Amino acid sequence: MIELDNLAYSYGGGELLSDISLRLTPGSFHFLTGPSGAGKTTFLKLCYGALIPTAGQAVLFGQDVREMTRDDVATIRRRIGVVHQDCQFLDHLTVAENIALPLMVSGHDVEAEQQNLGELIAWCGLTHRAGALPPELSGGERQRAALARAVIMSPEVILADEPTGNVDWEMSQRLLALLVELNRMGKTVMIATHDLGLIRAAKSRVQARVLRIAKRRLQLAGADL
Amino acid sequence: MNKRLSPRALAAISPLALLKGEPQADRVVPPTGFTARLTLFAAAAMTFLAVFALALSLATGRMAANWSQELARSSTLRISAPADQIAAQTEAALQVLATTRGVARARALTAEEQQGLLEPWFGPDLPVDSLPIPQLVEIVEDGEGYDAAGLRLRLQAEVPGAVLDDHARWRRPLVRAAERIRALGLLSLLLIGGVMAAMITLAANSALAANAQVIAVLRLVGARDEFIARAFVRRFTFRAFWGAALGMALGLAALLALPQAQAEGGFLTGLGLRGWHWIWPFVLPPVAAAVSFAATRAAARRMLGNLA
Repeated sequence: MIELDNLAYSYGGGELLSDISLRLTPGSFHFLTGPSGAGKTTFLKLCYGALIPTAGQAVLFGQDVREMTRDDVATIRRRIGVVHQDCQFLDHLTVAENIALPLMVSGHDVEAEQQNLGELIAWCGLTHRAGALPPELSGGERQRAALARAVIMSPEVILADEPTGNVDWEMSQRLLALLVELNRMGKTVMIATHDLGLIRAAKSRVQARVLRIAKRRLQLAGADL
Repeated sequence: MNKRLSPRALAAISPLALLKGEPQADRVVPPTGFTARLTLFAAAAMTFLAVFALALSLATGRMAANWSQELARSSTLRISAPADQIAAQTEAALQVLATTRGVARARALTAEEQQGLLEPWFGPDLPVDSLPIPQLVEIVEDGEGYDAAGLRLRLQAEVPGAVLDDHARWRRPLVRAAERIRALGLLSLLLIGGVMAAMITLAANSALAANAQVIAVLRLVGARDEFIARAFVRRFTFRAFWGAALGMALGLAALLALPQAQAEGGFLTGLGLRGWHWIWPFVLPPVAAAVSFAATRAAARRMLGNLA
């Protein structure tokens, strides 16, 4: 689904990532770790077509990123759910409408999906907040709303960038539980985090592989974590 | 990342697709009171001005046409002579005119016609017969026209009391002036359209810039450029349309409040619209909507094309 081959990415001056090869297989669960500024967010952006590699190849669902039009990228986003650390919403729409936004922009009939929407909101524990506006949410509620929005189109891949960065331990456990559950439903999950505790907590519940970005390269971390 | 809009995306933001509408798409752009009011105001003000530019062009065009038609190849001979010689001199003048090259017809006006011409100045009760009023002769030129200087010389010799009034020649500059004013009116219309396009482009740019976060969120959740552009384009098109409709209504009301055209009032009271010309102002709101559509679409395309 996502194949990176000898990929490199450099900002104006220096190279941030180089020689990266990775093949995400359906149903896999990955953690992506590394020091701050190592390029975790950049790596995720390369995975959902927000950035184009400066060298090498990124193939998303069989399409080379370089050959995609802006519309192709938009269509791919419907198959890859993304959760950002500082998740952004449309602040004038309610939480429920924000969660339904991917349906709306892809031309689905939101009314017809009301039941699914309600179930998803309940699954994320946001039922009592469905009518609230995003600025009224707490950090954990925002993250769960972002996760709900990322999965409403039933994407095959979920990429989460520091989803537990702004929330307390208990909330991070709830988020992890939601992501693990999604993985059990067959979704491919990749979580970028520098929170080793979270990775350890996940190890007992799911078969996760840990990737580490160090010295511009992507390495498979040992079992010592 | 710098990728062009696909042809399909462009087709989708065509006017027809726009009219079909997608009310859902409208909601994703937060309501922006201030830009909305500015756009409405700009469209209304510009259309109000456009109504007058239009009325001016149409009225001067009509005047130029009337003047050139009425005065086309016509002139007047005025014969002032003692009462007992008038008839003889008129006869002589008609003889001269009949043998002048370039004169198609010449006809002495009847007493009733002359009285009709004087009526607006002296009233209907004037005993014209008792006054030494000059006899008027209407001359209609043929295609080639006559030699005015030569005719004057001949008349001087044979009909000493005759004065040739070649009014086509003094009214020609008026017709030319009217045509100039008309051209200026049309130019004003173009400028008004251009200014409106510029204002709406600025408003759309500021709306797009102010909503950068909205656009980023929409892109993230998989919205195509057509969807995002349409949300903005629809808004501005409808705003411009309703603004223009308001401006047009006010402009028409102002035109209706102008004094009616009257023969005595000359051309100043003829500035309103007449007959089927009243249709033209109603063309302005759709034109404003089209201008706004094109301006916003161009702005949205430019902006989205530069986004990641």
